[in-house]
Amino acid sequence: MSTHDRSMALTGQPPKILSRNQKVATLLGMFGLAVILLAAFNVSFPNKGLWLTISLSAIFTGTLWFSWEAYSQKLPGIKNDGVWFKSISSKGFWGWIAGIALTGFYIVLYFFPEYLGLVKGGENKGIIALFDPLSKLLSGNPASQWFVYGTLYTVAILAFGIKFLWKYRHNSYERIRTISVMFFQTAFAFIIPELMARLNGDKILNGGSLPYYDLKNVWPLNYYNFEGYRIKGFLSSGDIGFALLIFGILSVFVITPILTYKYGKRWYCSWVCGCGGLAETAGDAFRQLSDKSVSAWRVERWVVHSVVVFVTLMTTAVIYSYLGTDTSKYWLTKSTFLIGVAVLLTLVFAWVMIFKRAQLQKDAQYGAIGYFVIIMALIGIHFFSGDGNVFLFKSETLRKSYSFLIGSIFSGVIGTGFYPIFGNRVWCRFGCPMAAMMGFQQRLFSRFRITTNGGQCISCGNCSTYCEMGIDVRAYAQKGENIVRSSCVGCGICSAVCPRGVLKLENGPLEGRIDSNQVLLGNDVDLMNLVNQK
Amino acid sequence: MENIVIIGNGIAGISAARHIRKLSDKRIIVISGETDYFFSRTALMYVYMGHMKFEHIQPYEDWFWEKNRIELVRGYVTKVNPEIKQLLIDGSRALHYDKLIIATGSKPNKFGWPGQDLHGVQGLYSKQDLDLLEVNAPNKEVCKRAVIVGGGLIGIELAEMLRSRDIPVTFLVREDSFWNGVLPQGESQMINEHIKEHHIDLRLSSNLKEIVSDGSGKVKSVIVAETGEEILCDIVGLTAGVTPNVDFLKNSGIELGRGVKVNRHLETNIKDIYAIGDCAEQHEPIGNRRPIEAVWYTGRMMGETVAQTICGNKIEYKPGHWFNSAKFLDIEYQTYGWVFSEKIKKEHEEHFHWRHPKEKICITVAFNKENNQFLGINTFGIRMRHQVFDRWLTQEKSIDYVIQHLADANFDPEFYKKYEKQIIDGYNMDFGKSIKPKKKSLKRIFQIA
Repeated sequence: MSTHDRSMALTGQPPKILSRNQKVATLLGMFGLAVILLAAFNVSFPNKGLWLTISLSAIFTGTLWFSWEAYSQKLPGIKNDGVWFKSISSKGFWGWIAGIALTGFYIVLYFFPEYLGLVKGGENKGIIALFDPLSKLLSGNPASQWFVYGTLYTVAILAFGIKFLWKYRHNSYERIRTISVMFFQTAFAFIIPELMARLNGDKILNGGSLPYYDLKNVWPLNYYNFEGYRIKGFLSSGDIGFALLIFGILSVFVITPILTYKYGKRWYCSWVCGCGGLAETAGDAFRQLSDKSVSAWRVERWVVHSVVVFVTLMTTAVIYSYLGTDTSKYWLTKSTFLIGVAVLLTLVFAWVMIFKRAQLQKDAQYGAIGYFVIIMALIGIHFFSGDGNVFLFKSETLRKSYSFLIGSIFSGVIGTGFYPIFGNRVWCRFGCPMAAMMGFQQRLFSRFRITTNGGQCISCGNCSTYCEMGIDVRAYAQKGENIVRSSCVGCGICSAVCPRGVLKLENGPLEGRIDSNQVLLGNDVDLMNLVNQK
Repeated sequence: MENIVIIGNGIAGISAARHIRKLSDKRIIVISGETDYFFSRTALMYVYMGHMKFEHIQPYEDWFWEKNRIELVRGYVTKVNPEIKQLLIDGSRALHYDKLIIATGSKPNKFGWPGQDLHGVQGLYSKQDLDLLEVNAPNKEVCKRAVIVGGGLIGIELAEMLRSRDIPVTFLVREDSFWNGVLPQGESQMINEHIKEHHIDLRLSSNLKEIVSDGSGKVKSVIVAETGEEILCDIVGLTAGVTPNVDFLKNSGIELGRGVKVNRHLETNIKDIYAIGDCAEQHEPIGNRRPIEAVWYTGRMMGETVAQTICGNKIEYKPGHWFNSAKFLDIEYQTYGWVFSEKIKKEHEEHFHWRHPKEKICITVAFNKENNQFLGINTFGIRMRHQVFDRWLTQEKSIDYVIQHLADANFDPEFYKKYEKQIIDGYNMDFGKSIKPKKKSLKRIFQIA
């Protein structure tokens, strides 16, 4: 029985001890947060621009200083000492405190923005007012709760991104990937859309107004991209607006499939995506908390694919609701649209069932058939019943429930708020329909795989433990199998933490990619032939 | 139904159990005194370092065993009686077997040093050793200094573990350079430097003379044989290799050497009793291998082989090309084929060694200087593809071919700096050749037409 110290002390023995400088750095960061918190209680800061700068700089500098103290004195290499001893990263006391605080923040953000200082039809107060100067600088408009969120989000990705760059300074894949997410967040998610807002009403847009558009945010992650008000916005904004709409459609049906074929879904999930960006940087300290059990995997498959079905139905219903019926006015009518959806789904379904059935497990086959039948039945019922609603529901009801359940509760409150409890990829793993769709392709039609290096695996478990998506990487590696899993976001950490050089993310030929035979090199060849006789 | 009893739930015993289950419906009982469930022994260090919890180093979930009808029994086997095919667990519980597989692994060597049984003196092999280490060295206040005796793979792991808790470590190594009975000089020298870089007090050519007691049965210090220096410490790690754990088989009639003597079918001298893994000792060494191989991979292969034999398909243990790997602090090491140290290499073996001018990266390629055949490679800080080297060894490629196609064998993560160019330049310079590198080819790597 082990009798070592299990005290709850904040800073105990190495390796979990905090140096004096790290304590000061923590205080500095906390001071930055405190400024924002004070603003929430309507403490009025005299010079908002100055105090916002002070606050964000304190958070930024505090994080960097803390990280510098943690890594600068150490040689390049894996830095996981004490991860399971520190209460923040092992679901201990501070983990729960952080989880509750984050969850609380998301609930306020989504459902009670007035506590952040949002005033309907009036001047901002509180936190949001504190961010007004920055917002006016970028877009010319006062801030909203989403601007506050976007700013803090970007600061988090940048500060913790730099921490990650130091932590993995020996690993070029991790470094380049992290620079990529930092860039896409800052430029595409934060600055460009704000600057685009300056064009609204300009003659370059024919006087129209573009909807807020983070270009890298692809449907169905961006589930509202094809809603009526946005289509109106795009179409009212001249050639630029039209081009953006076309880009939005191409990014779903052309760009994403091509890149996923060539590189796996990692091109998006761990290189470009904002959700992934936060998970990989601020969430990095929590990646080991994901559930690796087989039962969690089962839940994951059903939940995430149900979200795909949900978002497909919802988007179809929403688009349907604003389309007309008269072909002479516009070529795309309610009926042609629905038939188009049905044909597309049938083609995908038929392709999978004819060519790729063998690669799906039994329950995946049943699931695919089940979902296909449900969607087709709903489309059929619509045609034969002829009432005003599509799929038996009002499209607005579907949209609202999706936005509430998936868009707010799942991706925000649970997805990010529970980082310190369930790990940093809860949303990406269980909820994101974009990840699920790309994952489906990754599993069946992509050059990407994690190659297992012959027989070198020692079953140590570092890969599985540090897989943020909860993939039991070791289960494949110890059998000599390649890892081809739809949920893999290609973060590369399994390969980094492997002490024996067993795993490599790579794009190669489709042939032999999924090799479920056991290939344990080093063993006599005849024996392995025997082992593989089923 | 036939009753298969396996003593030991390490990688060898569990591989045997899993494969017997795949091939048959026999009753399978696995006995272990160490833990309830199989775990990865090589990963014990990560539990102490806080990288993982103990549950993470168990490769299968707890339901796995019942689902696969592998019965687990907790206890130490104290006696085996082949005459009536029975064994005793903890001296009392009797268990009948039809076939017995001995897979009891190793125990740390103790060479009769004075004081080797004091409190605070321990090896690092079992789960119990890990728990003991938490008692002996929980932190740098309780354990003000550690002395490690024996410069091998476990020694350097133990040093890394203790350093993760900031405990000062003195590392006594008998050889004049770390692990140079196995590693060629250039590599051994690089590891020496890396050990010191990690603030480990490395003492080469230093033997342990005795471990001194504090008078109450606990360790106080060690005395170095060469200098007579006394080093105060709170823990002594004995990591001078391992020996098969077979004492309980004395007088059982099973033939023992250092380990359990087995033939190429992993059979002992007694019918229906087999031995696999660290505790098995081949009558005749296989190729360049040692008669006892205390390596993860060979344990696994022996388990798979014996499962075939027991399920009616009698085959020999025929390990393929030698390979192994380890990690020295931050430096990964892989080896494919045979590269021997200067101390033991044969006349015909010649080496090409390349080391990066700044980084801790190097490789050594061994070849037969009579016919230029490639014999093996050691690589530090560059990952190599097992499949490719396995193929090259089978095809008996020449060293020139291997050097020329090194890019095919690289297994480093994407975007890593490549060193093939420098390596080839070094080779051309050392041997007066003018080889040009070949570009990496997916067709060659994956053998597609």
